[in-house]
Amino acid sequence: MKYLAQAAVAATLAGSMGLQPALADTAKIGFVTTLTTPAAVIGNDMKNAAELAREHLGGKAGDTDLEIIFADDGFAPETGKQATDKLVKQDDVDFVTGFIWSHVLLASRKSALDGGKFLISANAGPSQMAGKLCDENYFSTSWQNDQTPMAMGEVLNQQGVKSLYIMAPNYAAGKDMVEGVERTYKGEIKGKDLTKWGADAQLDFSAELAKAEASGAEGIFVFYPGGAGAAFAKQYDQAGLADKLPLYSVFTVDALSLPKLQDAGLGAIMGSRTTQQWDPTLDNAANKKFVDDFKAKYGTYPSFYAAQSYDAIMLIASAIEAAGGNMDDTDALRAGLKAADFDSVRGDFKFGNNNMPIQDFYLREVVADDDGKWTTKVVSTVFEDHQDSYAAECKLN
Amino acid sequence: MDASLLIIQTLNGVQLGLLLFLVASGLTLVFGILDFVNLAHAALYMVGAFICASLTYALGNFVLAVLLALPLTAVVGLVVERTVARPLYSRGHLDQVLATFGLILVFETLAHMIWGPAGMSVPLPDSLNGQTTLPGGIQIPTFRLVIIGAGLAAAGGLFWLVNYTRLGMLIRAGASNRTMVSALGINIQLLFSLVFALGAALAGLAGMLIAPITEASIGMGHSIIITAFVVIIVGGIGSMKGAFVAAILIGLIDTLGRSFIDDLFKLVMSSEAAENAAPAISAMLIYIIMAAVLAFRPQGLFPPKVR
Amino acid sequence: MTRQDWIAVIMLALLAVLPPLFIWTGQYFWMDLATRLVILAIAASSLNLVLGFGGLVSFGHAAFVGLGAYAVGIPAYHWLYGGMDAIAVTNGFTQFGLAIGVTAFFALITGMICLRTRGVYFIMITMAFAQMIYYGIVSIEEYGGDDGLVIDTRSEFPLIDLDDPLQLYGLCWVSLLVVVLFVRMIVRSRFGMVLQGGKGNEERMATLGYNVYAYQLVAYVISGAICGYAGALLGNFTTFISPEMMDWTRSGELMFMVILGGASTLAGPIIGATMFIVLEEVLSSWTVYWHLPFGLFLILVVLYIRGGLTGLLSGKKGEGE
Repeated sequence: MKYLAQAAVAATLAGSMGLQPALADTAKIGFVTTLTTPAAVIGNDMKNAAELAREHLGGKAGDTDLEIIFADDGFAPETGKQATDKLVKQDDVDFVTGFIWSHVLLASRKSALDGGKFLISANAGPSQMAGKLCDENYFSTSWQNDQTPMAMGEVLNQQGVKSLYIMAPNYAAGKDMVEGVERTYKGEIKGKDLTKWGADAQLDFSAELAKAEASGAEGIFVFYPGGAGAAFAKQYDQAGLADKLPLYSVFTVDALSLPKLQDAGLGAIMGSRTTQQWDPTLDNAANKKFVDDFKAKYGTYPSFYAAQSYDAIMLIASAIEAAGGNMDDTDALRAGLKAADFDSVRGDFKFGNNNMPIQDFYLREVVADDDGKWTTKVVSTVFEDHQDSYAAECKLN
Repeated sequence: MDASLLIIQTLNGVQLGLLLFLVASGLTLVFGILDFVNLAHAALYMVGAFICASLTYALGNFVLAVLLALPLTAVVGLVVERTVARPLYSRGHLDQVLATFGLILVFETLAHMIWGPAGMSVPLPDSLNGQTTLPGGIQIPTFRLVIIGAGLAAAGGLFWLVNYTRLGMLIRAGASNRTMVSALGINIQLLFSLVFALGAALAGLAGMLIAPITEASIGMGHSIIITAFVVIIVGGIGSMKGAFVAAILIGLIDTLGRSFIDDLFKLVMSSEAAENAAPAISAMLIYIIMAAVLAFRPQGLFPPKVR
Repeated sequence: MTRQDWIAVIMLALLAVLPPLFIWTGQYFWMDLATRLVILAIAASSLNLVLGFGGLVSFGHAAFVGLGAYAVGIPAYHWLYGGMDAIAVTNGFTQFGLAIGVTAFFALITGMICLRTRGVYFIMITMAFAQMIYYGIVSIEEYGGDDGLVIDTRSEFPLIDLDDPLQLYGLCWVSLLVVVLFVRMIVRSRFGMVLQGGKGNEERMATLGYNVYAYQLVAYVISGAICGYAGALLGNFTTFISPEMMDWTRSGELMFMVILGGASTLAGPIIGATMFIVLEEVLSSWTVYWHLPFGLFLILVVLYIRGGLTGLLSGKKGEGE
């Protein structure tokens, strides 16, 4: 009798809330990213790439249908955590992926992992989660935050830059980036500014740029993702620093900021150098298909955010296929993820003990393509098969 | 710390202060005369920036775009006044805060739908884009000087308007005694509309001036509106002079705080801790000042004489 | 009991019955929503005490919520990672006591200054203090700064286990009931009469020999402490505490809940919080542009529904300020 009543209540509730029982032959992927606030420009790029990946897969991994549910984190950890809770508890997804921001990922981590879901970061790479907080069900298709600036530190050494000024936003990833460049850079650090971040981030850098110039450093290293990158580049140009204080950046000058900078006629950015684990010009079949189709469908170059999101969906699909579409076989799914047996747009990579990619890092330069559109191209390889510095702190093996 | 850096940072502070004054002056006009708390001022600031950005691309000229965008922003202000603000004049401040908070949400979402989330950067003509060398060999971006000039001009214009014109006389009269002015056969409703539109244009102008430096973006009004309120509260609501003094004061405190506070902190704590704490503490400074001013002068620094 | 009181009783009864059903049928997310709703209703009730009954428009109540949450988070953090042995505990009585004590103290200090001002100056100075606390917390690197603080352990009480969603909800619901009764008691006491008298005509109350300032200060401290208690519950519920909880827009949301439900009514904050949560949930699942209908709704409520939903339901206009 109790069960009958229970079923009746369940049916009523489900009916009134428009819920349907999950179909067994569908794999659900929750995708948490930023769809409101100015940072939505990143979120939309990731969403586009994830949808393109699904299209390339024909909507299926083996015989299993793929369903992607997008959720907005509002550029804030608390909202991101709520979005993750909803995906886990209400939509009952099998994988949670996306995550632009390190602090959002850190806040959402417990919700996804305690809910027994696989968590796959398509961008954020906070140091904690590569080290002490690593988990057998947490993977990354991007990098650990420190790695890209470490590559940049190496480049600075090679180019003989003797002193440096550093600017980054004051949040988890900003601190990791500073830590990363300090790890490899051997010259003197003349000064450092961490600026307010979030929905009401500081975008006027007049005071900081004046300090940087007065410090007498030979170069400036910055990390300003999303719209802040374009704002920084403009003020850097307006202050006439291009000749005095060469710009070395990570995650700042990208496929999202370049069209805007081109519209604004900001020639100073041409030739500026950044490091990255991926580039639209990387020569492999998967990347060619991804970049060409992305450009054809959306009219712009994909950003690295897009490349990593595309990889995340491909990685998930490869794991589902390896597990034979059995979504209850967690061990087989985990082994499938760990194998990273898919054609990544960055070329081959493998997962380390902490499930972070071991991969190459390139130095890239801003150039105009054949149609005159501003983009980047690879100059040289800085690191080969680079593993992050926190792997040893992770208890997994 | 050397003298030229101090001079540059002081100029940066004055520039920020004048920008704040443009936003705050409109706010304090509307507040002082209409007794209306208008959080949606933030939205008008953003709308001005976006309209100006679009026009700059359409016309290929930033200055022309500003001249056209100003009346357009004023028209948006008029629409807001007619539809939402006017029925709320007779209500309490609480209702006004909530309704105009709703307006911010509406405007920001509309901007997201119309212009996309990415924001728009505004190209400057070459003549405004470089640097200017000041006496003493100090270099400063030309456009920052333009902002200082425009801010001072607007302040001068407002001062003249309020003190030496018939409209200004009505504005002052309307602020102290509404019924008297309408008894004189003046259309008080029209006067209020004009003041509101003027406030909107001033907020829009501030947005247009900041857009070439940062960019026109959805959330841009959020951070400045609260600071602008701090300015008018510290200055004394309704006082143009108070708004000017407080705006410059707060612009200087914010900029100098961001520039030098971490060096100060390093004297008493580890450099790591100083770098982390400094940005937040300098953001806190302006609120500490506001609380201190209100604790000793509950009506602000320059309370208007007749209320 | 008045009709408005009956509405409060019905709301509380509904909130007592529905969540166990959610658990029973496996709708854990709806359970989460209900928990958040009840906690926000407590915070809104505390705001209603000063805003509705006292006529003091506080635009900084989110600071109390945040302080209460950090009063749970910081001891838990030290218990897990060492340091500050004096407060490194998971004991719920200590943590909640700390939350109430800290917020009451903060309300006392800031209230003494804020209550010297009137009208819009009061609105803005309460917001200024909230912003100060916001940036103060952001500047403390050890507790995560802007990134917030993830706590892996909830407050520990004898007999109840807060890791169990139903028991946590039970605690929140009982707390709401107690707070509503407490506010009702205050409002009907002589103290409450003076407080409400001060709203209507401060000078007359002063002439009658009442020190209105002292009455308002006591009310402000009580309100802050209740709100801090709600914050401690919220910290236990989310197990993630961030400065975002104290943003000025959060204070605005609390005000909206009170006005939407009906200021100076007992049921108002509960109905307001419910409407707020439901609207947010329904609209945001429709479209990413949900702030547009939400903002329009907010404007329409302020323009046309004076006295809030409680006023509408009970057929009696409340006092829209």
